[in-house]
Amino acid sequence: MDDALDLRDVRITAKGVPLLSVSTRIAPGHVITLMGPSGAGKSTLLDFVMGGLSPAFRASGSVWLGGQDVTGLPPEKRRIGILYQDPLLFPHLSVAQNLAFGLPRGPDRRARIDAALAEIGLDGFGPRDPATLSGGQAARVALMRTLLSGPRALLLDEPFSKLDAALRDQMRRLVFDRARAAGVPVLMVTHDAADAEAAGGQVIRLG
Amino acid sequence: MRLLTTAFAALLALPAAAQDIDPGNWEAVLAEAQGQTVYWHAWGGSTTTNDFIAWIGDRAAEQGVTLEHVKLSDTADAVSRVVAEKESGADQDGAVDMIWINGANFAAMKDQGLLFGPFAEQLPNWQYVDVDGKTVQTDFTVPVEGYESPWAMAQVVFIHDSATVDAPPKSATAILEWAQANPGRFTFPQPPDFLGTTFLKQMLIDLVPDPAVLQEPVGEDYDEITAPLWAFLDELTPHLWRSGEAYPQTGPRQLQLINDGEVDIAISFSPGEATAAIANFQLPDTARTYVLDKGTLGNASFVAIPYNSGSKAGAMVVANLLLSPEAQLRAQTPDILGYGTVLDMDKLSDEDRAAFEALDLGIATLSPAELGPAQAEPHPSWATRLADDWVAKYGTN
Amino acid sequence: MLRPLPLLTAALLALPVLAGVIGTLLPALGHAPAIGLDGWSLAPFRDALAWPGLTEAALLSLWTGLAATLGTLALLALILGGWHGTRAFTALERILSPLLAMPHTAAALGIAFLIAPSGWIARALAPILGLSRPPDLLIVQDGLGLSLIAGLIAKELPFLLLMSLAALPQLRPNARLKTARSLGQGRMAGWLKAIFPGVYRQIRLPVLVVLVYGMTNVDVAVILGPNTPSTLSVQVTRWMVDPDLAMRATAAAGAVIQLALVLAAMVFWVALERGAGRVHRFWVWCNHGLPERPLRLAGIVLATIAAGLVLFGLASLAVWSVAGPWRFPDLAPEFLTLRSWMRHGPEMAQVAAITLLIAGLSTLIALALTIGCLEAEHRHGMTPGSRALWLLYLPLLIPQIAFLPGLQSLLLKPSLVSVTAAHLVFVLPYVFLSLGDPWRAWDPRYARVAAGIGAGRARVLWQVRLPMLLAPVLTAAAVGMAVSVGQYLPTLLIGGGRVPTLTTEAVALAAGGDRRAIGVWGLGQAGAAFAPFALALILPALVWRNRKGMRNG
Repeated sequence: MDDALDLRDVRITAKGVPLLSVSTRIAPGHVITLMGPSGAGKSTLLDFVMGGLSPAFRASGSVWLGGQDVTGLPPEKRRIGILYQDPLLFPHLSVAQNLAFGLPRGPDRRARIDAALAEIGLDGFGPRDPATLSGGQAARVALMRTLLSGPRALLLDEPFSKLDAALRDQMRRLVFDRARAAGVPVLMVTHDAADAEAAGGQVIRLG
Repeated sequence: MRLLTTAFAALLALPAAAQDIDPGNWEAVLAEAQGQTVYWHAWGGSTTTNDFIAWIGDRAAEQGVTLEHVKLSDTADAVSRVVAEKESGADQDGAVDMIWINGANFAAMKDQGLLFGPFAEQLPNWQYVDVDGKTVQTDFTVPVEGYESPWAMAQVVFIHDSATVDAPPKSATAILEWAQANPGRFTFPQPPDFLGTTFLKQMLIDLVPDPAVLQEPVGEDYDEITAPLWAFLDELTPHLWRSGEAYPQTGPRQLQLINDGEVDIAISFSPGEATAAIANFQLPDTARTYVLDKGTLGNASFVAIPYNSGSKAGAMVVANLLLSPEAQLRAQTPDILGYGTVLDMDKLSDEDRAAFEALDLGIATLSPAELGPAQAEPHPSWATRLADDWVAKYGTN
Repeated sequence: MLRPLPLLTAALLALPVLAGVIGTLLPALGHAPAIGLDGWSLAPFRDALAWPGLTEAALLSLWTGLAATLGTLALLALILGGWHGTRAFTALERILSPLLAMPHTAAALGIAFLIAPSGWIARALAPILGLSRPPDLLIVQDGLGLSLIAGLIAKELPFLLLMSLAALPQLRPNARLKTARSLGQGRMAGWLKAIFPGVYRQIRLPVLVVLVYGMTNVDVAVILGPNTPSTLSVQVTRWMVDPDLAMRATAAAGAVIQLALVLAAMVFWVALERGAGRVHRFWVWCNHGLPERPLRLAGIVLATIAAGLVLFGLASLAVWSVAGPWRFPDLAPEFLTLRSWMRHGPEMAQVAAITLLIAGLSTLIALALTIGCLEAEHRHGMTPGSRALWLLYLPLLIPQIAFLPGLQSLLLKPSLVSVTAAHLVFVLPYVFLSLGDPWRAWDPRYARVAAGIGAGRARVLWQVRLPMLLAPVLTAAAVGMAVSVGQYLPTLLIGGGRVPTLTTEAVALAAGGDRRAIGVWGLGQAGAAFAPFALALILPALVWRNRKGMRNG
């Protein structure tokens, strides 16, 4: 079974003007980095892969995941997780409820969430208000929330740009290690060359 | 939450079968009335009347009829509602089941065929009504013919604060002289308000040599007959409260003005109003009433049932209740309403008559003897014409 | 599924207005078969024009509407320019904001007692001036409508202020003011030159709403406006309820005249805007300053008076509701008693229940439609143009008096349902305007994150977006309820008096002048409007008391 994320002849136009075209295949556990100046359409591409392209844009081509064409599927059926520069934890839910939000139905939910918290060094943080977490803690919870939902691919949109230098390295390592361990393909957009370097995979330059 | 549940009931109400009942068959009326809701559109500007109507509602509930008082700022609101319904062909289960009415509104509705009837003289309690002594079979000279049922007698009285006015003016001329001597301390409700128009009629009756001419509809001699009234008003207006640039909009509003010390004299169509107002702190306890030397206007208040009411039987039950000695006694009780009864004391049982005789009318209410006989209401065309002309001369500048 | 909702909502806003206007136009042109008019004629207009007070009433409407709008706008400029960003401004904002909820009727009733020659102000001055009787001065209901204008300004200032405050952040006022001041402008001159034009552009439609309301309101004009003659809309309402059938056609003609007058005033206003723009540009070009100190002082004093009028008016209602005997020139009643509450309280509570039921139902429908439209906008990327905004404002820009009579014949059977439907037409725009900005300001990345971990659109809406927007949703609901509670003409005309609300009862009582009853009912009305706001403040704080991230939105 092919668990790769496959972008086939993806072309995006904005009001008839070509914006970008990409064709690439990301193997499970590998990272591909898209780099380019702002306005190059990096985030627009992520929207297309996620399945939420703004009507201002037109796209052709298709997204394949696990050997299946997911282009026509609604976002929630694609199981493609996304991480932004902000952790975007749901502010009205506790840390544990945030983690449980995407966790597929099954037994031992509490135990799995507790274990996940322990894995990222946040033992006992379950009942906490996400607004009381530090930036690094919140970023880790956001990562874990996505991983717990069992994604088939992971998108990263400038994921580390808001962290300070010390934390940034730590988070990069954590994210890439986890993705590799989970065996999901990762597509990252960034304008930070250090991100690309840490990811270690192929780099595509846009614009 | 009775109001609420009936509002829901109104919401879900299905059009009732439109079959008019026979008022002569009271058993059938009572049976039909069971469970009906009667929307009584009555002027709601006086809290004492509102309380009385609520009390009637409790009595009606005992007979299986729900009474809702729709408080109007002007009786014409209800009339125009019925008109609008007729226009749009809503000939069944209209919004209005009963209207507190008399005079021009009655004449207009009767003329337009907007009223149900005749029913009044078939009501069981009609037997007690004083048909000879009180003007209950004509309304502003228009024959009633059973299309409305009387429930209270009203007579014009003037209220004054005896602490500030020791010799109140008792004729049109005296009022003018008093106002000239006390500028800014007299006013009257603004016509076409009912009571304001009544003031114009009252002054006209006081000023014309022979008030009998007013029993005929307005004719070609209108200018000649009303000339003394306009001369009187031309002289009076500059000396009125606010120099006649503003007027109280209704009768009860004058009570507040007396209480605030802004004016000293007010006109009222309810001999017991002052006593009731004293009890409610709306007037100082030095308020008293008086009538003019030549007497004052009197008329009856009626209730009528629109042709398209869906609760005609219920409305008749309420009209009948209003004529019961118990309700009439309550209406005449001064600190409740203080309205004159329409019943003939000689037709009542000894017990009921004794109860009426035992009533203490209150400090500010005149006895029937002091009130004197009521002057007859002019034909309704006078009220309309006087109000229109007043508005043109004084109400728009 | 949500796709047709915006169209439906647009129809809901526009159709009643258009149908109502046509329903008014026909009888005005002599076509009303049911009252025996089936030809076409201009007779109704001739009758309306023959009413001796018409010219004066029309001029009065025009004058009070324009003066109230200009006055409110001038005061708004004075306090924004003079005080925005200061501590005094924050205090003023805190006092004025809740006044937005205050129904016009309750405010007008309170103000009427406050400023009357026998009112509280005169009573306070009586010992100093040695008055034992109130002076015979025409203050309330004066012929020029000055008290009406003052009442309208006091009531509309909070509305325009809140609208401006909502528009301000995107203009970055602090940075702009700093720039202006560093270029040598005074505080007020800098503010008015650099920021106010932007604010005005954002609040242009609300200003027009104020203009239309000022020209055509009935409830405030009946209480504070002159009567010899009254404003045109009050006279039209009187014609509408005249027992003489022919007067209904006259009323329709009067309503059409009123509509024409409003349209003319709007054209005049737009011309005025152009002129003011030119003057403003010239002023900026010449680099003239302003007498800063006197203007700032005038701003804060006048705004405080405006707030004080409404607040002390409310207090006067409260005192009257528990007053025993109370005569001029006593500052307080001889003793306090609960009698008026026992007398009127139970009935008032029943009517309050109906009022809140209507308000709750119309608000719930308005919320559902609004959220549906906003969600459709979000999901299908529909972007509303400026035309949609005008549509939203349509029921507020066409005078009620011009289309309610026509609407009355459409929704004839008076019931809770028809009144609720009529209220919806006025509640919907306010709910939409109130919820639109916070809804659109919500970070859509939350929706993508949630979708990425498997949440469908419905789950995102119910479990993420709505809980996160609980506070603005409740605020919009409170705005909607306050609007519904305050509706007078729609309730009166569509309900046919059969559906009593706190507002219709309070206005009916105003005519009677029993201040104790007015106090009880007026307080009840104000309470019904304020309570939802209190809930909208308390509920989110309570529900999210353990969630720091949910404070301040």
